[in-house]
Amino acid sequence: MKMARAEAQSLRHFLGTGSPQRFFFDRAARAGVADIAAGTSLGDRLEELAGRSVLLATGSQLATALALIELSGLVRRLTILPPDADSDHFSAVMAGAEIDAVVTDPASPASAAFDLPVRVESVPGIAVLAAPPPAALGTEWVMLTSGTSGVPKMVVHSLAGLTAPMRGGRATGRDVVWGTFYDIRRYGGLQIFLRAILGDASLVLSSAGEPIADHLERLARHGVTHLSGTPSHWRKALMSPEVKKISPRYVRLSGEIADQAILDSLRKTFPRAVVGHAYASTEAGVAFEVDDGLEGFPARFVEHARDGVEMKVLNGSLRIRSPRAARRYIGPDAASLVDDDGFVDTGDMVELHDHRYVFAGRRGGIINIGGLKVHPEEIEAVINRHPQVRMSLVRPKKSPITGSIVIADVVLKSGACVGGELIELKGDILKLCREALPRHKIPASISFVPALDIAASGKLARRQS
Amino acid sequence: MSVKLTIIGQMAQIAREHGKILAPLRDDLVLLDSGLDSLGFAVLVARLEDRLGIDPFTTSEDAVFPVTLGDFVKVYENGAR
Repeated sequence: MKMARAEAQSLRHFLGTGSPQRFFFDRAARAGVADIAAGTSLGDRLEELAGRSVLLATGSQLATALALIELSGLVRRLTILPPDADSDHFSAVMAGAEIDAVVTDPASPASAAFDLPVRVESVPGIAVLAAPPPAALGTEWVMLTSGTSGVPKMVVHSLAGLTAPMRGGRATGRDVVWGTFYDIRRYGGLQIFLRAILGDASLVLSSAGEPIADHLERLARHGVTHLSGTPSHWRKALMSPEVKKISPRYVRLSGEIADQAILDSLRKTFPRAVVGHAYASTEAGVAFEVDDGLEGFPARFVEHARDGVEMKVLNGSLRIRSPRAARRYIGPDAASLVDDDGFVDTGDMVELHDHRYVFAGRRGGIINIGGLKVHPEEIEAVINRHPQVRMSLVRPKKSPITGSIVIADVVLKSGACVGGELIELKGDILKLCREALPRHKIPASISFVPALDIAASGKLARRQS
Repeated sequence: MSVKLTIIGQMAQIAREHGKILAPLRDDLVLLDSGLDSLGFAVLVARLEDRLGIDPFTTSEDAVFPVTLGDFVKVYENGAR
């Protein structure tokens, strides 16, 4: 047992002296846990960063992991720039989080916004620290919410809240090797990073752009025992012959709806593993983990608080009150993160069947395509630009591979085209989409329909599928 | 048109639309090496449902994860019977 967690603000303290057999691996390099416990990857410039509000803009997963260890407990606020952050929003994020120092590496996105007086470059290799790092602060951890349009919301967590799900959790030991398909700059990946640190384990990090076959090969080489990813990650892994090379004891899914088919396939592929799915969001934190092999979660989770996590279902959506939830949003126009009763509204719609809740989808109708979020309205706007189109409805279609894909129902203007011209028209509309939208937002198919339903509110009726 | 030809034709069409280059489409080709990515396969499965009237991946009792192109075609041929 290490020191009481309430006192430990720095991840460095959790490393202890570090076993010489523990490592963080990425595709290009590895770092010994014992080395980072007493060392620095930030060129001995920790004093310059102490007490500041720091933007962590590193690109490499290993550099990010080392910097998180060093900056936690050292800086006043630690804002983690996620992998797909839009450079148009950097300035707004930095202003909102009152950033006054930035940490980068050679893989960081190029941005003039990072040219602050205090800019520290992460260097390859770990140098021994000349002096022990300054006393530990209660660092505010700031994570950005994913993928919707506009400036991302900035969510404040504490280290105690982020690590609360690990208390009394799954048994770990020195033979544990965690792996994740996630990027650790996102909540789901950060959870695994923290589990590796608190659980005295090694960790095999992902690498942007690495083919799944190579990643699986690497996980096998390092003897991964605990592996985490989204259902989409896992579906992709199951389609790779290299999946036979790994034999994890614990298979974890989160971030998307884990349906029965993917749970069953994983159990069949890894008969000796515990296959579990977790529900978490950047705002609400980890709410629960389900290890019984079934989709959804038992209704008693809602009826009785567990580990201090309370849940309720209001108007079909799951709401969570939890010590693991974020503290608040920051930035201009920051809304309240919780309702009047202190619950986070997740916007995830659930349905009760036979004493079990299953997830129905997002209330907002945002479509999740293999982890990428899509607003149907954005695609409709492009389709509607076509001179022969009257209106359109973009909706999700269930996909066994990416969870969902988008398809479009299109109503043509009266008298616009007949018969054989339709195929040509479909091609025209798709061309318009290809010119204006990234690939995942292009409808997989277009159907011409005579009409679309309009709700009483006057808005297009969007059926939740 | 045979199921196999329909699949191959759609793969070529999607590769063109997505700006991808397809590997030679032999039966033993590992799907992940075909040149189409996850999104490409998601679109393929959706289009095949339009053309063949089946989505064997979401309708079958047991989830199937074909590894090669030959496996993939077989899943559709079995589903079409």
